[in-house]
Amino acid sequence: MKVALFIPCYVDQFYTNVGVSTLQLLEKLGVEVVFPMKQTCCGQPMANGGCEQDSKGVYEHFVETFSEFDYVVTPSGSCTYHIKKHYDIIEQTPAVQKVRKSIYELVDFIENVLKIEEIPNSFPHKVGLHLSCHGQRGLRQANASEITGVRDGQISKLLRKLNGIELTELERNDECCGFGGMFCVTEEAVSARMGQDRIADHLRNGTKVLTGGDVSCLMHLEGIVKRQNAPIKVMHIAEILNGNQP
Amino acid sequence: MNHPDHPELAEAFNKDFERTTWHDETLWFVRQKRDKAVYPVPEFQDLRTLASEIKDHTLSNLDNYLIEFEENATKNGVKVHWAADATEHNQIVMEIIKNSCKVEGRNARLVKSKSMLTEECHLNGFLEKNNIDVVDTDLGERIVQFRNEPPSHIVLPAIHLKKEDVGETFHKHLGTTKGEKDPQILTEAARQHLRGKFVAADVALTGINFAIAETGSFVVCTNEGNADLGVNLAKVHIACMGIEKIIPKLHHLSVYTRLLARSATGQPVTTYTSHFTKPVEGKEMHIVIVDNGRTQQLGREDFRSSLKCIRCGACMNTCPVYRRSGGHSYDFTVPGPIGAILSPNIDLHKHKSLPFASTLCGSCSDVCPVKIDIHVQLYKWRQIVGQANELPAAKKWAMKGMAKVLSMPKVYNLSGKLARGALRILPHGLTHNQSMNPWAKARELPDAPKQSFKEWYEENRK
Repeated sequence: MKVALFIPCYVDQFYTNVGVSTLQLLEKLGVEVVFPMKQTCCGQPMANGGCEQDSKGVYEHFVETFSEFDYVVTPSGSCTYHIKKHYDIIEQTPAVQKVRKSIYELVDFIENVLKIEEIPNSFPHKVGLHLSCHGQRGLRQANASEITGVRDGQISKLLRKLNGIELTELERNDECCGFGGMFCVTEEAVSARMGQDRIADHLRNGTKVLTGGDVSCLMHLEGIVKRQNAPIKVMHIAEILNGNQP
Repeated sequence: MNHPDHPELAEAFNKDFERTTWHDETLWFVRQKRDKAVYPVPEFQDLRTLASEIKDHTLSNLDNYLIEFEENATKNGVKVHWAADATEHNQIVMEIIKNSCKVEGRNARLVKSKSMLTEECHLNGFLEKNNIDVVDTDLGERIVQFRNEPPSHIVLPAIHLKKEDVGETFHKHLGTTKGEKDPQILTEAARQHLRGKFVAADVALTGINFAIAETGSFVVCTNEGNADLGVNLAKVHIACMGIEKIIPKLHHLSVYTRLLARSATGQPVTTYTSHFTKPVEGKEMHIVIVDNGRTQQLGREDFRSSLKCIRCGACMNTCPVYRRSGGHSYDFTVPGPIGAILSPNIDLHKHKSLPFASTLCGSCSDVCPVKIDIHVQLYKWRQIVGQANELPAAKKWAMKGMAKVLSMPKVYNLSGKLARGALRILPHGLTHNQSMNPWAKARELPDAPKQSFKEWYEENRK
């Protein structure tokens, strides 16, 4: 099994620790991971901004970088969704089709490829899970409240099995954080307000550590936490599963 | 002409923090009511699929079903009219009114129940200019009519107003006591006022929720009974519908009535589900069938399924952006996510910011009772806006620049290093300058680490 690690551009630049934790976690789980050095980005930022034609070069570079692997694993539901869903505008060569099939969000890969249901770590903290919309509704990694009242999903399944953990019961379990790519600056007022409302829900219900599957949501929420000096520590799910402590 | 775009209007809406909280919570309450009505129906998801498939089938055969509907309605003694656009629609409605009520010495009087189509055609203003008195009889519609505002929601037209605002409006227009905000008292004042309008009306106009091809009859769903009171008292009934309101057979109707009220307000069914088939003896019934851009949308492969919409408003109630920007920020008859995929078809330049007034979270698509893939269409409209050169120039060139950088690993590595370096050296006041960096108005930037992951990997693992 040839497994490549894809560290999205903004994670590479700003969240080195998330990249390191993802790599260490996969290795602890017995996976031999290759990190192709020429990787950059999946192309989503431009495409969501209405310029997917401009992204074609980025898409092609991504495919060229990753097509030799059986699996491509990344700590991002959003990038995974973009590659699966929107790489349909370039020619569907066998390489493109292969990459669109082999790209996996980290937790999805752990549960559904490695078939690992429990990671025997301890994390004795009150943890609030932020569901990223692209992971939840895009990749169907968690139930959506529009469809069912049962709150369940891949990330919460793994989290619940950590020793000593307590999960926050939120008033709005799956409301968007308001990051939304370029939306976070083009619609600054609404974006910021959405983030503030999410943080308020976590604070009211006792979250001490805020986690999730997408660094983009967490970067936005952490920006608000820091501005408000709120008593919340933000950690990506890879950091928690890797055994890091707040 | 320059129109204020969604971000500007949304920013203005957000200036009042408390009111934004109230607006968000009010609509979230409706969304939760919807959930409570939906979860206990085990076949709800099957109903959505069925409703979606019936509409797909109908839209693919719309020409035949419309003609079948016209034939059967005509047989029933209803006069059917066709309007290519809003102008024709308004002209037809005016002529029906002028021809059927020969009133002397006063204006003809029209009472309307809720119809988003007539809002879309701007019928009220047109009729008033032509000396016809128009009274909206749906309570929310009457409130916004008094205030000379468009509805801010397709099911809850006055949802942007608090009871204090309504009290002030009624004090001005209906003479209620100044400062009165008791909903019971205000509603009673509206009832008494509207009763007189109903009794005096010459013509009643309604919308149409479902038009049944097989029978030539149509169905109007309301909660206040105002549609029924209007049409049963007036001599003439005019019903206006967009071409997409057709369903093939009567037995398809229950699929939609079960979905509509649950999705809209969390009720199992609307209080009134009124079937209209033929005019009472001595009275007239007219149906106006309107295109107004719909066939153009039907011709757009990526967007035709937007015509499946049954106007329940669930996508508005669930949309975290709509809840925090208000219906008026969309500046289109149908606001919210569905409006953001309908409006560019009508005027791409004017509504170019609407496909971007979304985080693409997908909640709208999951809540939609007829399974319109709204967020997918938002993404596709963005590409059309981009290709039509309607993006702001700065954004367009930034995107092009970013795409170049991200397709060249060495340039990317270097740019990242320089940017992080700058963020580490420059003072906080500069990196977080709010006029240059909108991110920093309410948020801190992430700390720029010394090493990127790539640099760490190179040093530790190679």
